[in-house]
Amino acid sequence: MSKVFKFKNDVDTDQIIASQYLLLPNIEEMKGHTFESLDDRFAANVQPGDVIVAGDNFGCGSSREQAPSVLKALGVKAVIARSFARIFFRNAINIGLPVLVSGELDANVEAGDEATVDLTEGTVEVNGKTYSCTKLPPYMQNILNQGGLIASLNQED
Amino acid sequence: MGMTLGEKIIARAAGVPEVKPGDIHTVDLDYMMSNDGTTHLTIDMFHNQVKTPRIADPKKLVFIIDHNIPAENPKTAAAHKKMREFAKEHDIDFYEGKGVCHQIMYENYVKAGQLIMGADSHTCSYGALGAFGTGIGCTDFLYAMVTGKSWVLVPETLRFELTGEFKEGVYPRDLILTIIRDIGANGANYKIMEFAGEGEHRLSVNDRFVLCNLAVEAGAKTGICEPDEKVVEFTKAHGRDAGDLFTSDPDAKFLKVYHYDLSKIEPVVARPDFVDTAVPAGEIGEVKIDEAFLGSCNNGRIDELRVAADILKGRTVHPDVRFLIAPASNAVYLQAMREGLIDIFMESGAMVMNANCSVCWGSCQGVIGAGEVLISTGTRNFKGRAGHKDSKVYLGSAATVTASAIAGKIITADRL
Repeated sequence: MSKVFKFKNDVDTDQIIASQYLLLPNIEEMKGHTFESLDDRFAANVQPGDVIVAGDNFGCGSSREQAPSVLKALGVKAVIARSFARIFFRNAINIGLPVLVSGELDANVEAGDEATVDLTEGTVEVNGKTYSCTKLPPYMQNILNQGGLIASLNQED
Repeated sequence: MGMTLGEKIIARAAGVPEVKPGDIHTVDLDYMMSNDGTTHLTIDMFHNQVKTPRIADPKKLVFIIDHNIPAENPKTAAAHKKMREFAKEHDIDFYEGKGVCHQIMYENYVKAGQLIMGADSHTCSYGALGAFGTGIGCTDFLYAMVTGKSWVLVPETLRFELTGEFKEGVYPRDLILTIIRDIGANGANYKIMEFAGEGEHRLSVNDRFVLCNLAVEAGAKTGICEPDEKVVEFTKAHGRDAGDLFTSDPDAKFLKVYHYDLSKIEPVVARPDFVDTAVPAGEIGEVKIDEAFLGSCNNGRIDELRVAADILKGRTVHPDVRFLIAPASNAVYLQAMREGLIDIFMESGAMVMNANCSVCWGSCQGVIGAGEVLISTGTRNFKGRAGHKDSKVYLGSAATVTASAIAGKIITADRL
């Protein structure tokens, strides 16, 4: 089971990880500051396997790949949003962080709900209902299945 | 079936006669740009994760230190050292302290018709010169650096048909903040924003840069202005040819066409904490400010410095306000010195910074504290963007920012 952490519309990448931490040497040093401006207990409270549920335009703003990277490093299993900003969406797939699009989920879950996320089927079961998420184009699904873009590059080599 | 300007650029880069929205193509990139925001991570991945580390063509790479320059702590200095040494070892064009990355690319590299990816969201600025620039993360950058290629999901195109001319005291920044308010922060998500029409052709390439630069704030993959003779003049003056001046076919398919009459645009201010919140500057009410910032890739060129100097001449910055000015590049800085603008700035009490991202980046210079208010010509006003999470950032034109620095509160220049 995955515990749900909930965020609103237009969560920008400055909120996921602020500028002042981006030049730290590595993601491990950055991850403790994830969502600091919105929920300064997030990094301490999130457990591996938990999920983020959000509204529209999640990950807008800066192209900083540190944003999906800190979420992955904290063990976030997937981000499920009504829609994503394009650079965040692409970065997440490139690093192997599952991103699922569901038009209904965020209106039907609360923070702290327990969800069962099936990444192979692209479904989320929560509060007795199952929600189907939009499937990725095959090209992008293939990158995600291989574990990200660099894993995919290494297989080409 | 006709193609849009952006589709033609993707088709050229993919080596195919035609592309259509929804297609995925592998493309050859003309340039790949990376700055100090992420390059240290890219280099670590290059060494630790790529099975056969190699660089397809170092001549297509540009590394630029512009975000935290000069370094403000030893960890930043270490990240910069890693980048500097890697660039030297691999014979990569390298700039440090010369200006904001997009300004450096605009002055020295970009040509019409090129497809350029940069590890920075405002890479969409290159549409000022009729190029397709788009922001990527460092894994995409690494893949492109190793292979010289990337993949593109062909976006749909929104066309913005511009007519008329701005009234005095109104600037392209007022227009783009108005457009973003109208269509919303994801109103162009994964779309191309194409700017065209007689109103667009009347704008200088500087003004086109202002429009394209903020396309990402509406979620766009890129912004592109229809190129013309002004692009040819600009690139010629900067010692290179103009490239391929593509335009959309008469039967090209646009998802939507918007019409903007420039004479109807008014000065606006975007309110905290989102870029799509512009209101007429006159309706902002009494907003006292602690700091004002003129600079950034959006609004730190000679055109904007001239606007500020005209307003500041013979006046002084309000005693309760820090006014920071950072020219977008050293070329801009030198030009401003030759024109006497730096004298005007310093005599008025403004602080003139080195050419860098400065306050717009929010972690190196001019950081604001809890409860403080900034008005800025920067690219974003997200929560905490310029410092403390409980500070506030307003966005306005160079004229509005300068007038506000003098008045100590948000005000347009005509009301000084």
